[in-house]
Amino acid sequence: MVSIDVRDASVDFPIFDAKSRSLKHTVLGVVGGNVAANERKVVVIEALHNINLHVSEGDRLALVGHNGAGKSTLLRLLSGIYEPTSGQALVNGRVAPVFDLGVGMDPEISGLENILVRGLFLGMSRKQMEARVDDIAEFTELGNFLHMPLRTYSTGMRVRLALGVVTSIDPEILLLDEGIGAVDAAFLERAKGRLKDLVDRAGLLVFASHSNDLLKQLCTSALWMEHGSIKQQGPLEEVLDAYKGRERAASGG
Amino acid sequence: MPGSTAAGAANTPAAPRPPGRDFRSAFADLRRGWEQRELWLQLGWQDIRQRYRRSVLGPIWITISMAVTAIALGILYSGLFGIELAELLPHVLVGMIVWGFISGCIAEGSEVFVSNSGLITHLPAPISIHVYRLVWRQTLFFAHNLIVYAVMLIVFPQPLRWTDLSVFPAMALLIANGIWVALLIGIVSTRFRDLPPVTQSIVQLLFFLTPIVWMYDVLLENPAVAERARWVEINPLFHFVELIRRPMLGQDQQWRTWFIVIGIAVVGWALTLLVMRRYRGRVAYWV
Repeated sequence: MVSIDVRDASVDFPIFDAKSRSLKHTVLGVVGGNVAANERKVVVIEALHNINLHVSEGDRLALVGHNGAGKSTLLRLLSGIYEPTSGQALVNGRVAPVFDLGVGMDPEISGLENILVRGLFLGMSRKQMEARVDDIAEFTELGNFLHMPLRTYSTGMRVRLALGVVTSIDPEILLLDEGIGAVDAAFLERAKGRLKDLVDRAGLLVFASHSNDLLKQLCTSALWMEHGSIKQQGPLEEVLDAYKGRERAASGG
Repeated sequence: MPGSTAAGAANTPAAPRPPGRDFRSAFADLRRGWEQRELWLQLGWQDIRQRYRRSVLGPIWITISMAVTAIALGILYSGLFGIELAELLPHVLVGMIVWGFISGCIAEGSEVFVSNSGLITHLPAPISIHVYRLVWRQTLFFAHNLIVYAVMLIVFPQPLRWTDLSVFPAMALLIANGIWVALLIGIVSTRFRDLPPVTQSIVQLLFFLTPIVWMYDVLLENPAVAERARWVEINPLFHFVELIRRPMLGQDQQWRTWFIVIGIAVVGWALTLLVMRRYRGRVAYWV
C-alpha cells in the first residue's frame, strides 16, 4: 500500500558560515573555551515546523503557499531526501520526484543516453527504459538530434527531453514541483496530456504550483503552507478559496 | 474526499520504520545503493567515456603520463640509490598503479558528496551510490593502467607463480577499503569544507612516505638507516601497496600484510558505520 505518513516532523537547516564550516575553527574552539563558545553557535533556520500529514494511495494533493513557505522543503521531506530533524516521516513506495527538469542530465552525453540515465535516476531499470525509448523519442520530436550531445540542445529542446522521460515513468509516489514551463504553447498542450496520464498512473500525487488551472486539473485536495507550517488542509476548492481570499486581503490592506 | 486526513491516523502497518539514526538505516543505505548498481555502473562508465570523447586516447592519456612519470622516477632513483633499473622500475611502476587507486579514493572521496550536491538535493537515493560510482571509476582507471603493467611484463619479465593469483582477493580487499575511506572522508569533509585541500596535501605527502619510488627492503639492509626505516610499518598505505604489489611482481607474500589490511578494513568499516549511523541523514542538509 502506497502511503506517506509524517508525524510531528520538523526540518531545521544549519546555516554554516566560514567559521563553523571549518574543522580548524571547530577544534580550536573546543580548546579556546568560553570566548570561542559563542562563535561556535550555528544559526538554525526552521524550514518546517511540526508537520503532521498522511497521504494515502489515490490522493491528489495540491501544495499552495507563498514563495519560501516551505513547499519545496516539504516535497523533499516527503520524498525522503531530507530526513526530519525531529519527528518522523515514513515513505512507503517508490518515489519519483520531479523538482528540476535539468537535474541528472549530463551535457556531454547524447540525448538517448540521457534518457536512460535520467530514467535510472527515477528508479526505473535499464530494460524498462529501453522499452520506452521509442515512445519518448517520438514525443520529444527531436529526431536525429537525440544522437547529439545534450550541450548542443536549446533550452526548449532540453525541457522536451526531460519532460518526455519524466512523463514516461510509472511512479508509485509522484512529487511534482512547478517549473514546468519554457516550452512553446503547442508543445505544452501535448505535455499536459502526458502529464495527466502520468498522474493517472501514479498511486499518489503531491503537486506544488502557483497555477490554479493546473492544480484544478490534476488535484482533488489541497494543503496550504505558511511559514513552514500547515495553515489549512482540505478539499481543493475550499483551500484555494481561503488562500486566494488571504492573498487579496494581504494585497488590499 | 479521498484520504489525506491529518496524521495521528494509526492505520499504517507497524512493520516499516522510517530511516533514522540507527545501524539498520546505515546498512540499508549500503544495501539499497548496491541494488541500484545499474545506475552507478552506468555513471562510472560515463565518467570514463567522457574522457574518450574529449580526446581519442581518453583516459589512456592518464595511463601514459603515469607511465612516463614512473619511468623517469625509476631511472632517476635507480641512479641515485644505485639499484638495478630492472629491479626498481617494475617496483615504481606497479607502486604507482596501486597508488593511483588509493589516492583517487581518498582525494575524490573528500569531494564526493559536495560535487554531487545537485543530485543529492533533487533525487532521493542512498548516499552510498555516489561512493560506489567513485570506486568503480577508480577501478576502471586501474584496469586502464594495467596496460602499462602488461608492457612492463614483456620488457622486464617477473617470476610470477600460481600463488600470485592472490592479487584478485587482494584487489577486492583494496576496493572494500576504498569504499569506507571515501564514505568516511566524504561525510566529514561535507560538513567541514576546509578538509578537501588539507586532504590533497596529506595525500601528496603520503606518496613520499610510502615506499613507491624507494625500496623498503633496500633500506632495511643498510644498518645506518634500518632502525628509522622501520617506522614505515605504521603507515597503513605501505601495507595496502605491498598487498597488491608483491603478487604482481612475483615476490614472496606475507600473511602479516593480509592480517593488517583486513584489520584496517574491519576497524575502518566499524568507524564508518558509526559515522553513517549518526550523520548519513545530515549529508543532504550539509551539501
